[in-house]
Amino acid sequence: MKTSADCVIIGGGVIGTAIAYYLAKRGLTDCVILESSYLASGATGRCGGGIRQQWSTEANTKLAIESVRAFAGLEEELGRDIEFLQGGYLVLAYTDEDVEQFEKNVALQRGLGLAVEKLTPGEINERVVPELNTEGVRMATYCADDASANPFLTTQAYADAARRLGVTIELFTPVTRVLTDRGRISGVETSRGTIEAPVVVNAAGSHSVLLARSAGVEIPVTPYRREILVTEPLERFFHPMIISFSFGIYFRQVKHGAVIGGFGSPDEPAGFNETSSLDFLTTMSWKLERLMPRLATVKIVRQWAGLYDMTPDAQPILGELDELPGFFQASGFSGHGFMIAPKVAMLLAKTIVGEEPDLDIDRLNARRFAGGSITQDRSVV
Amino acid sequence: MNDDVIICRCEDVTYDEIVRAVRDGLTTTEEIKRILRCGMGPCQGRTCSRIIARIIAQETGTPVAEIEQPRVRPPTRPVEIGVLARGRNGTEAGGDHED
Repeated sequence: MKTSADCVIIGGGVIGTAIAYYLAKRGLTDCVILESSYLASGATGRCGGGIRQQWSTEANTKLAIESVRAFAGLEEELGRDIEFLQGGYLVLAYTDEDVEQFEKNVALQRGLGLAVEKLTPGEINERVVPELNTEGVRMATYCADDASANPFLTTQAYADAARRLGVTIELFTPVTRVLTDRGRISGVETSRGTIEAPVVVNAAGSHSVLLARSAGVEIPVTPYRREILVTEPLERFFHPMIISFSFGIYFRQVKHGAVIGGFGSPDEPAGFNETSSLDFLTTMSWKLERLMPRLATVKIVRQWAGLYDMTPDAQPILGELDELPGFFQASGFSGHGFMIAPKVAMLLAKTIVGEEPDLDIDRLNARRFAGGSITQDRSVV
Repeated sequence: MNDDVIICRCEDVTYDEIVRAVRDGLTTTEEIKRILRCGMGPCQGRTCSRIIARIIAQETGTPVAEIEQPRVRPPTRPVEIGVLARGRNGTEAGGDHED
């Protein structure tokens, strides 16, 4: 293993591999990705793979629009099928509060050029998902350009492309400590030895908080379990990701035909628990049967869990820490890291090599939590 | 063994595809499962995962006993959504979520 590098990236998920790729494209190729297990073994490989542009703040919507644009060109750029599909996102409103918020969202999103429609329950069935049970649904917003992709294949595509440009990836190599010297980053200690580096990127999801702490700094990232399941494959019968904040569900039909989906329990305690629960299995089944009655006779083949790396405003922590020069954060994605990964990674790579990013990511620096005035996006947990 | 023999019968993955994946650096059953889908079908790897471990052993020279089997995830066998839904307890579910 190398004993020194220009840059070390901790975490072989979609964020870490994408940052490595965009850094290498900018000429920073002396880079090592350290992954404690295999690629996409953490939050990336456990997520639903949705790519949504419908957000409630201008900054998040812009970032999401740019991310879809980046995803759309990725298969050609990286030379691999990642199952990118623009099947749309259908967001269901059940309450007065939903309807009021969705009206505001649509106005904002249209102002930014997003093609988003408001649909009545009848229009949902006629135009988008004939078999959806719309009982209790007040209205929906629908953006046909929203998308999905396969998280494993996307991560593998970034990793392979990064390797071709000279990046080294060390699997099954946990970082045991982040090293500092006279107030700045100096490298990392791993299970297989030390690597000296002037730049360390912390892209370790929920574990990023422990790695930061090992260097003597705190970032407000808290792990929460989120569960998900998948059915046997079916012939395609709907295209969009269907979600509801108030009913609590998201589900889609993947390219292979299976229906994949989940919801987050509001009672979930913080912690590194990644076990599966029977409560989730039965409640999620009830939700799926209610919204899509034909699924009653379809079998669940597998359930699993992953960790959301939550921050106080449910937005990621991106960029260099003021208190520890050379230590760049790329974690705290709070359940929507995969969908913004390409654009976020591009912006962070630019920041690391000293280029001017083409979208403001300084607003996502950890220093925002010191000021005490954070903006919450209404379209997250 | 013929290159086109099916190893994962649920997902139609061939011997040749698995050998190529191992040669491309996927040296654990978990990685092969995630990229090729073998073990993700209705049988959940009961048929193929031991054969895949043997292919990894043969290609990498690692003793087959040292190659870990993929993690077993619930349910033990596929169960209908309608059956599971009736097993739900407690109150009307709501809740936060992400996607």
